[in-house]
Amino acid sequence: MRDGEPQDLDAGAAADGRAEAFEAVIGLEIHVQLATATKMFCGCELSFGEPPNTRTCAVCLGLPGSLPVANARAIHFGLMIGLALGSELAPRSIFHRKNYFYPDQAKNYQISQYDEPLCRGGSLEEIRIHRVHLEEDAAKLIHVGSSGRIHGSDASIVDFNRGGTPLAEIVTEPDIRTPEQAGEWLKLLRSTLRRLGVSDVNMEEGSLRCDANISLRRAGTEELGVKTELKNMNSFRFIERGIRAEVERQRKILSEGGEVTQETLHFDPASGALTSLRSKEEAHDYRYFPDPDLLPVAIDREMIDLAREAMPELPAERAARLQRELELSPESAQRLAFASELGDYFEAALDAAVDPPPPAQMLANWLTGDLVARLGDGEDPQASRVRPAALAELVGLVAARRVSVGAGRQVLDSLVAEGGEPQAIVDAEGLAAMDGAEELAVIVADAVRANADAAERVREGNSKAIGPIVGHVMRETKGRADGTEVSRLIHEQLGV
Amino acid sequence: MIGRDEVLHVALLARLAVGEEELEPMARELSAVLDHIAKMGELDLSDVPPTSHVVELTGALRPDEPRPSLPRETVLAQAPAVSDGGFLVPSPQA
Repeated sequence: MRDGEPQDLDAGAAADGRAEAFEAVIGLEIHVQLATATKMFCGCELSFGEPPNTRTCAVCLGLPGSLPVANARAIHFGLMIGLALGSELAPRSIFHRKNYFYPDQAKNYQISQYDEPLCRGGSLEEIRIHRVHLEEDAAKLIHVGSSGRIHGSDASIVDFNRGGTPLAEIVTEPDIRTPEQAGEWLKLLRSTLRRLGVSDVNMEEGSLRCDANISLRRAGTEELGVKTELKNMNSFRFIERGIRAEVERQRKILSEGGEVTQETLHFDPASGALTSLRSKEEAHDYRYFPDPDLLPVAIDREMIDLAREAMPELPAERAARLQRELELSPESAQRLAFASELGDYFEAALDAAVDPPPPAQMLANWLTGDLVARLGDGEDPQASRVRPAALAELVGLVAARRVSVGAGRQVLDSLVAEGGEPQAIVDAEGLAAMDGAEELAVIVADAVRANADAAERVREGNSKAIGPIVGHVMRETKGRADGTEVSRLIHEQLGV
Repeated sequence: MIGRDEVLHVALLARLAVGEEELEPMARELSAVLDHIAKMGELDLSDVPPTSHVVELTGALRPDEPRPSLPRETVLAQAPAVSDGGFLVPSPQA
């Protein structure tokens, strides 16, 4: 398989001269840590880096005789997620015990939901939702190898602070077809959850975790192939790369006439390697049964009304509003709304009372184009040195032609590097647009003389030859000249 | 009738060590339990929703208000071995 064009799966297969093309069928399971004050079934506070085993009690340690009671706010957050995804909210929901032996669970079962989850069905944009259920997180294991501090034996240290943290598990239908689509959709889901305020949704810190179920089928057929599960990927980049690696692995097996084995895999982003975690047949024999310690949850009118009242504006509604009220292009509106950190920054910049005010579309372009390019995709501009009001002021200056586009980009470079006020940077660096038309005309005339060959070609009708002349003017003016005006003057002086 | 392989599989899932001489009696006893369940399965209960709980109560929820956690010394006093403020256990990866 060639590198470089992984998204065009069919073209890749054809280029290798294979007759058969495959289509990837991908479903996601997303675990979201809910931003409650306390754990799912006890009053211990959630932990954010406290010393190990300082946020535990009889319930979350699974001591005999303790009685779990479900957290009302976790149910409330679960209902909000269901409403945001257009799910059907179950009138009655029950908790099950999922039995397995592993030191991350002192009870030897995880309290989860099985055949009566809180929410069923729904969709987010083009991807259908299968279900949303609530469960408790496991404890954290720190593995200590024989080369570590504990000599002579392989051991683990268990920290129960995380054990019992409320999780919502969101399961999609297998509607995703490419690694890129998985990444983009997950970003939209994260924005939605962030708007809802139900989670910190921080992948690096583990409050948003994603597993992917992946299978391949021959293009044009409907029958699903054998699937594998890719576990616990903790960044958007790794998710896309991990899925891509697994799709390629399966394609190779199937193309050579082999069969994919159903298994759970771990993707190592450092080496790009996929390793098998455990035998699925054994691990998935969880012997679910209703937890007799927990009463069924009855979702009544009042709980649903409370969840409805708490609903904020969601990304799709926000995109429609930005388009309707600010006349943004559909692309800009969606970009800002679906990446809520960009949308929040944009609206904060618009709200900053700067004079002259920036036109909305131009502000959107500067934010999603120039600023994002400087900060790196996925970085939150709110965390940068460029305050929303500073970007608004800069775009206002450019729109009023007090600063040229080129000089404006220099100001932005300076804002990104050191912060500060655009007008002050313009003054200090001498980047104000030239307002003397005569001064500019003289510089243009010099530039035309210095680039006689280019000038001749422009006269002969080669409009691209204007480049060196414009470049000359921009060097002389340190980018302060307005590009459109320079071009107009050159054409005027050359009589074309 | 449950076979010895099934007994071994269930024993593995439950992390129970079952001796060779226990396999046959256990298979017999488990089969008797299943036969009994199968007998109950003969009843026509198509109109009866499954009973997940024997009490008719619902809605026992807890407000999201913190309560004090246990002191770590108390918690770790129950651990068979302790290291770095945590429960020291044999590695599941070993």
